[in-house]
Amino acid sequence: MRIIFKKSYDADIGLFKHGFHAFWYMLLLVIAIALPYLVGEFLLGEFTSMLIWAVAGMGLMLLVGHTGQASLGHAAFLAVGAYTNVLFMENWGLPFLLSMPLAGLCAAFAGMLIAIPTTKLHGIYLAIATMAIGILSESIIVILEPWTGGVSGIFAPDIELFGISFNRYANITGMYWLYLAITVLILIGYRNILRSPLGRSFAAVRDSEISAQAMGVNIARTRTLAFAISCGITGVAGAMMGHFSGVFNNETFNIVISITLLLMIVVGGIGFIQGAFMGAIVIVFLPQAISFVRDIINGMTGGSSMTIPGLESGVFGAILVAVILFEPNGLWGRWLKIRTYFELFPFYRRDMFRRQKSYLKTERMR
Amino acid sequence: MSLLELENVTLKFGGVTAVDDVSFAVEEGEVFALVGPNGAGKSTIFNLISRIYDPFAGDIRFQGQSLLDRQPYEIAGLGIARTFQNIELFEQASVLQNLLVGRHKHRKSNPVGEMFFTPFVRREEKRHRKAVEEVIDFLDLQPYREKFIAGLPYGVRKVVEMGRALAIEPKLLLLDEPASGLSVEETQDVAFWIEDIKKLMGITVLMVEHDMSLVSAVSDRVMALADGRMLAIGTPEEVQRDPKVIEAYIGSDDAEDAA
Ligand SMILES: Nc1ncnc2c1ncn2[C@@H]1O[C@H](COP(=O)(O)OP(=O)(O)OP(=O)(O)O)[C@@H](O)[C@H]1O
Ligand SMILES: [Mg+2]
Repeated sequence: MRIIFKKSYDADIGLFKHGFHAFWYMLLLVIAIALPYLVGEFLLGEFTSMLIWAVAGMGLMLLVGHTGQASLGHAAFLAVGAYTNVLFMENWGLPFLLSMPLAGLCAAFAGMLIAIPTTKLHGIYLAIATMAIGILSESIIVILEPWTGGVSGIFAPDIELFGISFNRYANITGMYWLYLAITVLILIGYRNILRSPLGRSFAAVRDSEISAQAMGVNIARTRTLAFAISCGITGVAGAMMGHFSGVFNNETFNIVISITLLLMIVVGGIGFIQGAFMGAIVIVFLPQAISFVRDIINGMTGGSSMTIPGLESGVFGAILVAVILFEPNGLWGRWLKIRTYFELFPFYRRDMFRRQKSYLKTERMR
Repeated sequence: MSLLELENVTLKFGGVTAVDDVSFAVEEGEVFALVGPNGAGKSTIFNLISRIYDPFAGDIRFQGQSLLDRQPYEIAGLGIARTFQNIELFEQASVLQNLLVGRHKHRKSNPVGEMFFTPFVRREEKRHRKAVEEVIDFLDLQPYREKFIAGLPYGVRKVVEMGRALAIEPKLLLLDEPASGLSVEETQDVAFWIEDIKKLMGITVLMVEHDMSLVSAVSDRVMALADGRMLAIGTPEEVQRDPKVIEAYIGSDDAEDAA
């Protein structure tokens, strides 16, 4: 059993909960930096993709998990980020390091525009409204053909950084490191938000608007801010995604992506930053795991490459149902329980993590 | 000038007149209690002060200024804190975080600085933490600091909610049934705390309470309501002896409360 002694308030304010956490996360970071030397190009590409999904997931997590606002249209903000990033690079000749944050700002602005008319909507109504925006954005991409290239799509130019130019195929290692740096920066910013008054006002709005208001939290402003930050992060992920896929069109950002993104953070663990990463791991590596298992089975049965259509989405669906039924806190929540079990052995109680989830609740006035 | 004044305030919900031409004034430094049978309109008066509802008629003034042209989120900033009858805490957050939300009106940092967690934000956090620790000491919440609200027993939640209101450092504290559902010992604690809040912290208290022994013990003045109308106002003894009050209670299921 581990007992933590705290000597100053800094211990609670810090980036990490305590030294052990700092150690493990630093180790993880070192491994992540060394990854290009540990795995092949194909896997590195998959990890890069995972980082993109994790950033997009962090964006949505801030809104859904930490502010309690539903969004079924976040692919729209991926699109805003991806297109504006390329437009800034192509038309204004901006370097990626400028165009990417600018694209994030554009997405944040778009998010703000969406948030203002929907501040009075809650739960399922907000979900429907954002879903409509998601669907609408596909058509808007087609309508804005002169800029977006419509259905035929648009090419993302190579990223140029310190005189080195790279894309997914020419220099995946460079891309991976760049994306890792972006991910870590956003992660730190996210964590900073959570440990400061802003994060607490998000949680207040999520758990009880009526008492958040009584504490002096301006609900409309806080929700708008949450939308802006969330969509901004998602826009950065969009810019990253654009370069990673090289070419993209309206289909790249369809409603399925929005839904996948939401399901991803649910599977990963709503309300935890780590949940976004867990979800991204599942989304990206599940197809790999399935084909790996399939190869083993084929090897044992001697059958030739057997393929079952829809297997991936089937397995993903099964995981989703299992998570919702047995572990509302997602994979990260399950991991926390396992960890606590070993830390406290043999004192673990079953109801230690008893918490009710009510994120899509409607507002009562009392 | 009284700290809080309600002047001919009326509020209707459809056909129901929840608050009917109510006027009263709470003086600085006193504990003022609202009593009355269920549905008398006590919580509705709190919600009117919190600006959740707009009155149909009348005016509500705090330190001489009308609250009616204020937004609900501006009320805390003026120095009015409140608790809710059906505990409205932030369930998925720790006790500490809940109390820190109470410090929101004292926030001086801006969102951008907070994203970078500048040294200024850190200093501010420590300042808020110190203030919150004082509340924790006052209410004996030390064992629960890191606990999530969702796992806490009812009695503790009530105390946390009071703590969150105190973290605002208000001038006026509105307590909606602070002792409902509490044991005799816990109710006694609440009585002591209310005394201290008044005497040591100099905070004026307006409370709604059914437990007449608590009301008699702590309040300087009491107002009795029934069906949204004022019945009597005065010291606890005077109000309890008032024939109109006795009649209102006998006419309802709360007869035993008045005894
Ligand atoms: N939001 C609302 N919509 C409609 N009617 C309401 C609303 N809030 C309160 N009422 C009605 O107004 C009246 C006064 O309610 P209120 O909650 O103020 O009573 P109370 O004195 O606090 O009673 P209790 O002791 O049960 O808490 C009741 O008849 C109630 O049904
Ligand atoms: Mg009430």
